[in-house]
Amino acid sequence: MKVLVAVKRVVDYNVKVRVKADQSGVDIADVKFSMNPFDEIAIEEAVRLKEKGVATEVIAVSMGVAQCQETLRTALAMGADRAIHVQSDAELQPLAVAKLLKAICDKEQPQLVILGKQAIDDDCNQTGQMLAALAGWSQGTFASKVEISGSDISVIREVDGGLQTVALKLPAIVTTDLRLNEPRYATLPNIMKAKKKPLDAVTPEALGVDVTPRLKTLKVTEPPKRKGGIKVKTIGELVDKLKNEARVI
Amino acid sequence: MAILVFAEHSNAVLNQATARAVAAATKIGGDIHVLVAGHQARPAAEAAARIVGVTKVLLADAPALEHPVAETVAPLLAKLAAGYSHVLAPATTTGKNVLPRVAAQLDVAQISEIVGVESADTFVRTIYAGNALATVQSQDAIKVITVRTTAFDAPGEGGNAAIESTDAPAGSEIARFVSQEVAKSERPELTAARVVVSGGRGMGNGDNFKILDALADKLGAAVGASRAAVDAGFVPNDYQVGQTGKIVAPELYVAVGISGAIQHLAGMKDSKIIVAINKDEEAPIFQVADYGIVGDLFKLVPELTEELGK
Repeated sequence: MKVLVAVKRVVDYNVKVRVKADQSGVDIADVKFSMNPFDEIAIEEAVRLKEKGVATEVIAVSMGVAQCQETLRTALAMGADRAIHVQSDAELQPLAVAKLLKAICDKEQPQLVILGKQAIDDDCNQTGQMLAALAGWSQGTFASKVEISGSDISVIREVDGGLQTVALKLPAIVTTDLRLNEPRYATLPNIMKAKKKPLDAVTPEALGVDVTPRLKTLKVTEPPKRKGGIKVKTIGELVDKLKNEARVI
Repeated sequence: MAILVFAEHSNAVLNQATARAVAAATKIGGDIHVLVAGHQARPAAEAAARIVGVTKVLLADAPALEHPVAETVAPLLAKLAAGYSHVLAPATTTGKNVLPRVAAQLDVAQISEIVGVESADTFVRTIYAGNALATVQSQDAIKVITVRTTAFDAPGEGGNAAIESTDAPAGSEIARFVSQEVAKSERPELTAARVVVSGGRGMGNGDNFKILDALADKLGAAVGASRAAVDAGFVPNDYQVGQTGKIVAPELYVAVGISGAIQHLAGMKDSKIIVAINKDEEAPIFQVADYGIVGDLFKLVPELTEELGK
């Protein structure tokens, strides 16, 4: 079976973004971009399924500006077989991305789509669930374990206060949580090989999807700053402050 | 204008997160209805009816809803949504799982984890791990919204809304609940606790979390962890406080052996009082801590536990 993986190019998790003075957004000029960490876990899971003989082909998909192709090359270097880039300079919101993925699913007919549970830039946590709704497929979100047998897939999900197991029918959507796996690093020979792997580019228009944003960002501002307090020398002093100054114990 | 709030509950008990979502609905304004979808869930429905501000409770009760999967409840919510201007749910793992599926079925955007309400169509939410606040305006007829519960205070009890039955859907053919392993703990739930004690990579291993357990017992606190500690396998993921874990805002947050990565701060910086215990005096956690103490946590934590016992 084919496995499709969606990967997003995001500001690297180590970068502390700054809000622009005109409140139009955050300043992303000259900052480092990487693959969304949860999407690395998604690629890793798909590649492992291929190594186990469960998946026959792993297709990585990314949407957005031209540089998304670099993110796709990383996915190919990690072991994806080919890549599709939906090229667009427009702001792509989760509903639009889900519709684009649905159009690609119609064409490629994967049995499984794996996505990160959320992107660390907009922190939306929506796309996988939306794609599942549009396709009418089952969903195993926030997955920490995935097992496939025949047309069934069992997903252990990270939920508030514990773990939940669901039994799903393929085709299905899985979104990854932190403990699903530990993604591999792309080795140099694999990075070289990835350059030769097929990477197709399409446009939202060619896929027949209207990507007009539904949410308008009116402004982006700095959150209120928390001021650092004081350092205490001893535990006795700490307990005294908590009791008599902060009055929280 | 009427607002539908999707209740989080365990049939017998209504989760407090629901009341906080009602608080967000109150800020939007209008009639507030709560949907309780469950099995033998009348106790949860009765609790929802008591939340101040709620004008009606819809109870969908059927065996198929005992542990509802998104594939079953999303179509129910999408069907009911036609009569509402807003559909809200607390941003718990349940709300996050179900609501985007509802939004896509309705062909509308979802506004995730709002922390503020500006007007009926304009909301504030955090992006980039809380390093920026975005004010967004929805262009859709029905607004589908998840609510960051720490940003809204639960309204009181004392309401007396009517409970109406609504048709329950059949179970899904493509998805089935199998089991749930709830972490057994005598301690309060992380997101609802008045005090949280969290450990980071500095704890060294999972066994060492015992010293935090002892401190937490003394404080009546929940125990959390940084992503680094979860990544290292010290504790399960449901301990995780941060951008990709739980968002907490207790009265007192004690960060032990936590450096203070951006992603962790995103999950706890709205706590009222923050205490940091770390051996590295340059650790970024001290920049947000009200009270910091530099030193060996393996000495300081037991000392604190003992001092509190005096």
